[in-house]
Amino acid sequence: MHSFGYRANALLTFSVTALAFICAIASFSDKFSNQNPSAEIQILNINRFKKQSYGNDEVSLTLDISADLQSLFTWNTKQVFAFVAAEYETPKNSLNQVSLWDVIIPDKEHAKFRIQTSNKYRFIDQGHNLRGKEFNLTLHWHVMPKTGKMLADKIIMPGYSLPDAYK
Amino acid sequence: MGWMGETIDSIKSIQIRQLLTQAISLGMIVTSALIIWKALMCVTGSESPVVVVLSGSMEPGFKRGDILFLHMSKDPIRAGEIVVFNVDGRDIPIVHRVIKVHERENTGEVDVLTKGDNNYGDDRLLYAEGQQWLHRHHIMGRAVGFLPYVGWVTIIMTEKPIIKYILIGALGLLVITSKD
Repeated sequence: MHSFGYRANALLTFSVTALAFICAIASFSDKFSNQNPSAEIQILNINRFKKQSYGNDEVSLTLDISADLQSLFTWNTKQVFAFVAAEYETPKNSLNQVSLWDVIIPDKEHAKFRIQTSNKYRFIDQGHNLRGKEFNLTLHWHVMPKTGKMLADKIIMPGYSLPDAYK
Repeated sequence: MGWMGETIDSIKSIQIRQLLTQAISLGMIVTSALIIWKALMCVTGSESPVVVVLSGSMEPGFKRGDILFLHMSKDPIRAGEIVVFNVDGRDIPIVHRVIKVHERENTGEVDVLTKGDNNYGDDRLLYAEGQQWLHRHHIMGRAVGFLPYVGWVTIIMTEKPIIKYILIGALGLLVITSKD
């Protein structure tokens, strides 16, 4: 009853249980944080808008993205992954989501930013439906904790549209 | 040397009944672990409810050796979700983020493109020959939670199988020589 084996076993079981409990509580504490992020996106310029040789439309644009995600950070946050996606509808597809730009925010200081950039990933449609197309720009964020449950949410900004003719 | 003598004595003095009892208790432990695993598969709706992160392509969010908890629901797949998928012909699952979604109007079928956060380009290079998109049946689950570092045990046991054998051998020895 008092051998080294039993004592080591009891110690290990207790420490694993205590660690699991601490992780669960850390994750639970995230529920009480008050979060109110904000963002604004403007399209500065449509650089290129053409039909590819396979028949799909492709757009290249420059965006001005400003956001304040500082309230998402808690002591249990490892990083926040934010990305901007264009969302639109076409006759063939009820929903298209194309990610245009993303960033990894490692801490609270970097969470308030303003950046002007062209799209990181190519905005290509399945088809040639983009002329005159209205679309939403959505800023999504994904809070990745140091331990526990991940949280994702978004701000939808409607009302953007592409020109009626190729450029 | 006295310990060796004791071990040999205890091995010699094992009766059949005691041996059978120990074998059955060991079997019970293994099967209850299996039951818990299968129950997890049912509850989360995913073929492998827990996966270990093997590469650094999602750093700094998920590092090598982290464990991910997966859940698969009928909800449509949307951009930003971290999904685990199998490429045809490869048996190692990949954990990356969805960056493009094209969902068909009538059938609800979906074309998905993924990319690791820490990778420069998207995953088209990882997909099978000629494959441009992932479909729903490739996706095994969405990551909903994670624990850091715990997966290193699995990685070590896979990459240095000798440790696995040593561990099992030691456990076997412990079962045989323990008094109860």
